[in-house]
Amino acid sequence: MSETSAGRAPEDAAGPAAPAGPPGAPAATLPYEAIRAIPVRHYGRWAAAVVVVALLGALAYGFSQGKIIWNTVGTKLFDHTVVTGVWHTVLISVCAMAMGLVLGVLFAVMRLSKNPVTGAVAWAYIWFFRGTPVYVQLLMWFNLSLIFQTINLMPFYKNDTVAVMTPFVAALLGLGLNEGAYMAEIVRAGIQSVDPGQTEAAHALGMTGAKTMRRIVLPQAMRVIIPPTGNEFINMLKTSSLVSVVQYSELLRATSDIGISSNAIMEMYFVASVWYLVLTSVFSVGQFYLERRFARGSQRSLPQTPWQKVRTNLTTLRRPKVAR
Amino acid sequence: MSTPSLDKSSSPEPREPRPASGPAGSPSGGGVEPMVRAESVHKSFGAAHILKGIDLQVAPREVCCLIGPSGSGKSTFLRCINHLEQINAGRLWVDGVLIGYRQHGDKLYELRDREVAATRRDIGMVFQRFNLFPHMTALENVMEGPVQVKRESRAAARERAGALLERVGLADKAGSYPSQLSGGQQQRVAIARALAMEPKLMLFDEPTSALDPELVGDVLDVMRGLAEDGMTMIVVTHEMGFAREVGDSLVFMDDGVVVESGRPREVLADPQHERTRAFLSKVL
Ligand SMILES: Nc1ncnc2c1ncn2[C@@H]1O[C@H](COP(=O)(O)OP(=O)(O)O)[C@@H](O)[C@H]1O
Ligand SMILES: [Mg+2]
Repeated sequence: MSETSAGRAPEDAAGPAAPAGPPGAPAATLPYEAIRAIPVRHYGRWAAAVVVVALLGALAYGFSQGKIIWNTVGTKLFDHTVVTGVWHTVLISVCAMAMGLVLGVLFAVMRLSKNPVTGAVAWAYIWFFRGTPVYVQLLMWFNLSLIFQTINLMPFYKNDTVAVMTPFVAALLGLGLNEGAYMAEIVRAGIQSVDPGQTEAAHALGMTGAKTMRRIVLPQAMRVIIPPTGNEFINMLKTSSLVSVVQYSELLRATSDIGISSNAIMEMYFVASVWYLVLTSVFSVGQFYLERRFARGSQRSLPQTPWQKVRTNLTTLRRPKVAR
Repeated sequence: MSTPSLDKSSSPEPREPRPASGPAGSPSGGGVEPMVRAESVHKSFGAAHILKGIDLQVAPREVCCLIGPSGSGKSTFLRCINHLEQINAGRLWVDGVLIGYRQHGDKLYELRDREVAATRRDIGMVFQRFNLFPHMTALENVMEGPVQVKRESRAAARERAGALLERVGLADKAGSYPSQLSGGQQQRVAIARALAMEPKLMLFDEPTSALDPELVGDVLDVMRGLAEDGMTMIVVTHEMGFAREVGDSLVFMDDGVVVESGRPREVLADPQHERTRAFLSKVL
């Protein structure tokens, strides 16, 4: 006991003494002399940097000489029609993704259930909606009135197909059902990644199958489900540009309409790209925080948020100054 | 040796020291229902015949230790008792309730999910690998059963969970996630989680086998305390010291059958069967 405390004593004493010491003192507090070696020179890095800077310069020069009216890009960025298009893109993406998530969980659970009927139904759904292009599915929903004049859910509802199948509804069904098929596979992988011992422990407590799924399995599956789902959502933001074929006026359609009428086609594609980048960036940040939320308990300490990283970096930057 | 159940039934006094059990598996002549009664229980996985006719009785407040070589079917038998596995033949009762099936006349009906869940509520189980819920703190783990299954109020469940964590010596770890706890601490939380359902029977499947040697004692101490409070327990274990001191009966299983059973001291000191002797010579 006395030996350990004696062994620790110099370090303990050195710790508080360090900040008070004269500049250059910390080296003396280390119990060893640090090795001084000549660092490897990374000539490759310098060469690569030169090449990259040169290429970027050439690219910038090229664009500055092109017939692009950069001013238009700036002024049209917040054009009313463009902003409405952005809003529609967000709306259809969020709604279709929500639909995909709900369907995904439903069909994943159906596919994993012991019931052969639900298993077969889920298999067939995934087979069809994952196996055909989303573009074709959108067109089929939009043109449904060609084969069914009316939609007749016998006792509940009856209406003309044309009236029901608005651009938004066609877009939602096309994107949402397609997404559901992909989400079902992602959710299934997530559920299967959870240790079977968890289900056993929940059953042993007297939980029913449904409650076990909801309280124990799905929350743990989320950790595996979220990263690919974030990917899916970012894909969805971009895939939603396809729904212009069903006359839904989302971002791409709004910008290209303006581009054609005002003869600023490339300018408007730049506007669209800027907005797509903004949207995907914002949702990537959201995904980070979501992942962090569901990492609870899986790691001893949560990953730092960028803000926390900045703060620790600042404090570690400051500390050597104090020590020196 | 009198049957343990007899003097149990005559004395309603719960303070009575637990009866030294007669050889487990001997039919209880008394009128009182044993806590667990197995009659020629068989279990197969596909073509693999694992349990080959298990007969066993465990009286209320008895601590029954189950030993045997790996693969002899100990875990499978425990899992059958709370219907994590369904038996293929024989009968199994816990506190007089048939496990796995509902009997009407001479017909047996399979149970629905909800009915199975209801029978499991009164049977606590502790696993070799703890199986704590990693996304919940220790306190939330213990509260989960009462809140979700027994529909207890969160406030009441939190209070009881706190008391249970204190009982297993982990009051200061209530807010920790399982990944932040040592194996021994996790297993004690797992015991508290099972106790929160106020079970009448506790099943332990090698609760200390995954622990570092120096952590085994804490878990065994908690189990010893439980036994002293009169909990009925079936403990699969390789801790022969625990079996000798705490166990009321010792059952040796091999290859899906009960080979030998009796008072722990007697079986350990003077095994009657060659297979028991061979096994004990390896583990003692
Ligand atoms: N779900 C299962 N499917 C197939 N075989 C199993 C299953 N569970 C256990 N077994 C087999 O049953 C035998 C007994 O296993 P177990 O009860 O775990 O033995 P013990 O706990 O005594 O070591 C082993 O041979 C094991 O492979
Ligand atoms: Mg086992």
